[in-house]
Order: sequence, then structure tokens, then C-alpha cells
Amino acid sequence: MATDFSAEVGPVAARPSGTPGSTQVIQTGGAARIGIYFVLVLFCLYYLLPLYVMAVNSLKPLSEIQAGGMMSLPKEWTAAPWASAWSTAQIGVAATGLRPFFLNSIMMVVPAVAISTVLGALNGYVLTKWRFRGDVWVFGLLLFACFIPFQIVLIPMARLLGLMGLAGTVPGLIFVHLVYGIGFSTLYFKNYYQQFPTELVRAAQIDGAGFFTIFRRIMLPSSGPIAVVCIIWQFTNIWNDFLFGASFSDFDSQPMTVALNNLVQSSTGVKEYNVHFAGAIMAALPTLLVYVVAGRYFVRGLMAGSVKG
Amino acid sequence: MAQADTRRDGVDWLRDALPKLVLSPSFAIVLVFVYGFILFTFVLSFTDSKILPSFGWVGWQNFERLFGLRSWGIAVKNLLIFGSLYIVICCVIGLALAILLDQKIRAEGFIRTVYLYPMALSFIVTGTAWKWFLDPGIGLQAVVRSWGWEGFVFEWIKDPKMAIYTIVIAAVWQTSGFVMAMFLAGLRGIDNEVMKAAQIDGASTFALYRRIVIPQLRPAFMSAFVVLAHMAIKSYDLVIALTGGGPGTATELPATFMYSYTFTRNQMGIGAASAVIMLMSIAAIMVPFIWSELREKK
Repeated sequence: MATDFSAEVGPVAARPSGTPGSTQVIQTGGAARIGIYFVLVLFCLYYLLPLYVMAVNSLKPLSEIQAGGMMSLPKEWTAAPWASAWSTAQIGVAATGLRPFFLNSIMMVVPAVAISTVLGALNGYVLTKWRFRGDVWVFGLLLFACFIPFQIVLIPMARLLGLMGLAGTVPGLIFVHLVYGIGFSTLYFKNYYQQFPTELVRAAQIDGAGFFTIFRRIMLPSSGPIAVVCIIWQFTNIWNDFLFGASFSDFDSQPMTVALNNLVQSSTGVKEYNVHFAGAIMAALPTLLVYVVAGRYFVRGLMAGSVKG
Repeated sequence: MAQADTRRDGVDWLRDALPKLVLSPSFAIVLVFVYGFILFTFVLSFTDSKILPSFGWVGWQNFERLFGLRSWGIAVKNLLIFGSLYIVICCVIGLALAILLDQKIRAEGFIRTVYLYPMALSFIVTGTAWKWFLDPGIGLQAVVRSWGWEGFVFEWIKDPKMAIYTIVIAAVWQTSGFVMAMFLAGLRGIDNEVMKAAQIDGASTFALYRRIVIPQLRPAFMSAFVVLAHMAIKSYDLVIALTGGGPGTATELPATFMYSYTFTRNQMGIGAASAVIMLMSIAAIMVPFIWSELREKK
């Protein structure tokens, strides 16, 4: 499919004419260009608006928000909402703040991402360099598994976690994310290793190198970029997951997204909008940080993950 | 002699089987926890399961009851409204922004980064931000009124007739930048020469895009449709965070319906039936797509 994001992914394909990156051949006049920039900037504001609203309102006292000042900068700057969201806000039945749940999310994400990435790399290696009869079917089944609506597995998974004694625990969540993360990580590594010259693998084989030696010495050293793509994708997806967190955790093992939702939906007392906004930014910060630092890999993962088979 | 032979056979066998052995745990996991579980849910949808799975066979009864339920009707209707608006608006905004951004724009990289960052956020965060922004008491309505337009009214989120459109607003905000990226990638793959030739022949800019560029973006449209339709059917978090399915049941979608029937109303058989319908509709979109992708590869 003509969907590789060449500007992001790598060297821009040679074009007969025009500057790299743009297909534009139409000469636009001055007025038209001003119009174009106007629209583009307008949309920048549209996309930034919710982030702005969250940021400024997390730094002002509640009274300013209630007085209809949601769009204005704080008259009186305060970090109190952040402190409250982190360590004292009421989440469900306890006033623990979001801190314990932030830690839950980290404990859940790290192993799930690490294991699914390693498995994905090995699977991709087998499916491209050690092909066997029926491997396309195996891959097809793995691929379709990426796109199922998870509602179809909720009931049996709830039963299974109960039987395994993992219901309502962080290890249970790790297990679930691992299981449903394998498809995507395999997809990434398979597509990447497909471009890797098979002759090199065959040559090493003739020299007597075995399965794991080839993987370690030849495949792994060139897997850096796709490993980053895969890790970022899995990290973002698992961190942002809500459905599994809501279904399979209990109070002590809630991930950040579930705790944030409980904070915002709690119906007791005054609604502390500023605390809610501070909490929302906390939940968004890790993935946002990854996006800012490694945005091009994130985009690459998005494109490959949702477009290519 | 014979012993050495068998040992070598053993080593050979292991060497040949090793790749498959490495792959097999993952494959087994997916077979059991994806396909086995699908089968399990399938079976449950034909049983009288209530709070726990049970295996009294009731045939198509759950499906008949499901389609007779008013709340399921609402959920499906909402999905059709939400899904079609979501797909169309995302494609229109995405295509427009991609074309504009493809005009040798300064700071293109920065603008692209801004357009795409919502994709990195959780739907719960998006939902929280928009929930309060759309709240008439403190959000947009209150702000505009405080600016002096006292009669300004924007209460969609509290209005059962309009609330579903607030889900569209937030969902479009989250994904339209991503659709832009897909179209931009498509645009970057188009051959300049054809466009130049058409231009020399005197085609106007508008005609150029309508006749030459947009038809060539067909694969990008296909991808965008598949991705967006799939996301629409799975939408759950956003509704929970933004409206909680309300006011009343005004913004229920099949995903929220499934959850509440299975886990809070203890109608597991009906919940399973609704999950089966969801899977079927996603399969109808994804299977032909995956099939064509795999065949292309071969």
C-alpha cells in the first residue's frame, strides 16, 4: 500500500522534480498562502485548546473556574491542585491521591512491554527467516487478533484470572496486556525483518551459525529502530488502556486511567475541577513525554500498526 | 554406529523444529486466549448465563431478546450516527489539512507534531478535558457568557438529543490529525509528472485535485475507513469518561451496552450475544482488508 510515511520513515524517495517532501506543483499566490497559513494555525489552536484548558485550570483556585474564567490565565497561581491530585484527592473510598495508581501503571507497563517486545522480535524472525508451510496462516491469525473488539474476550478472561488467582492483581493485568500485545509486536518485527537480506542469514547458516546465534549476532544489532517503535506503541497502548483496567483490577491494583476516571466521576462533595485537570495531565504526561521525545517513532508505529498487514 | 545416527537425527530434528518451537508459545497463547475465548463467548451467547456462565442451551433466544431491547436499538443507532459522522468528518478534516500542509509549508514538522499529539493521549484524558470544556456550568457556555454574550447557550452534553454529537466532537479531535498523517503519506507518494502534465494542459488547481490527486488517494481512504470504523465500533473509554453513556441512555454504544449487561445487570447471555455482534461487524471490515494485504505480500 502506498502508505509509508516517507517524510517520517526514512530517506525520501527520489523525485524527478520539486523539493524533497512536497508534491506541490501548483504556484499559489500571496493571498492564497496567507489563507493557507491562517487555516493551519487555526487548527493548531483547535488541537492545543484542550491541553491549554487542562494546564491553566490545573494551576488556579477553584473559585476562578467557577466564576467562568476557564479560558483565562490564573489570576492567582497555585500548585495546590497538583499536590492534591497526587497525594490527597479522594479516589473511590480512600483519600490516597493518584500516586499509588501511577505506580501501579508503571509496574504493569514495564514487564508487559518488555516481554511482548522480545516475543514479537522472535516471532518476526521466525516468520520471515525460517518460513515454513502455513506460516501465512499463522501470521494471519496473529494479525486478526490485533483487531478484535476486546469485549469478546472479557467474560472468559475474567473467569480465567479468577481461576488462576490473578483476579484484581497487577500480575493479572500484566498477563492480559502481554497476551493481547503479542499480535502487534509480531506485526512490527515481521514487517521490519522482511526488508532484511535473507542471504546474510543463509550465509551465516552455512558458516555454521545456529538459530539463536544468528538472531543475536545478525538480527538484533540492526533491530534498534523497530524495537523503539514497538516499545513506544506498546507503552502508549498499555498505559492508555481503560477497558482491561476497569474489568480486571480491584481498588488496590487500578491503573492510572481507571483511577483518574474514578476521581473525575466521584459524585461526593464539590467538584474540584482544578484537581481533575491536574490528574488528567498526570495521566497524560508519560505518553506525551514519549511523543515529544520520540515522535517520529510513534508516528511510524501508528502508520505501520493500523495500516499495514 | 546406529546410536550415533539416531543422536544426529535427534539434533537435526531439534534444529529443524527450533524455529517452530520458538513461535509455538505465542501461537498457542493467541489460539487459546483469542480464538478459544471467542469460541467460549460464542457458546455463552446461546446459553442461559446470568451472573455466572452456565450451559443451559437456549438457542437463538438471547439474540432475539437482544434485538428486541430498546437500549440495544439505541446503542446501534448511536453507533451508526457516531460512526458515520466520525468517519466523514475525520476524512474531510484530515484530507483538507493534508493538502494544505503539502504546499511547502514552513514549520511543517512542528505543525504535524501539534496535529498528531492527541493520538498519544488516553481517551479518558480526552474525555475529561472535553467533559469540563463542554459543561455548561463552567465550560464554553460560561466563558462566552462571562465575555458579555449573556444569552449564549451550548448545552449539548446535557441534552439527550444532542449528547451523541459531543462524543463525535471529542473523538474527531483525537483522531483527525492521524487521518491527516495517512493522507499526507498518500500525497507524498503521488507522481509529480502527471500533475505537471495536467497543469500544462491548463487544468485548474481544483480540477487537478479532484480529477488526479484525490482518485490516487484511494488506498489512503481505504486505510482511513478501516481504521476509523474499527475504532468507532470499539469506542468505550471515551463515552465512559465524557458522558458515562448519559444523559439517561442517550450516548450508549454497543461497547458500553455489552459491559453493563454483562457485569452490572448480570445478563451474561445477552452481553455475550452483543459481543458476538460486535466481533462480526469488525470481522466484516477487517477480514477482507487483512486478506488482501496478505495476498499482496505473497
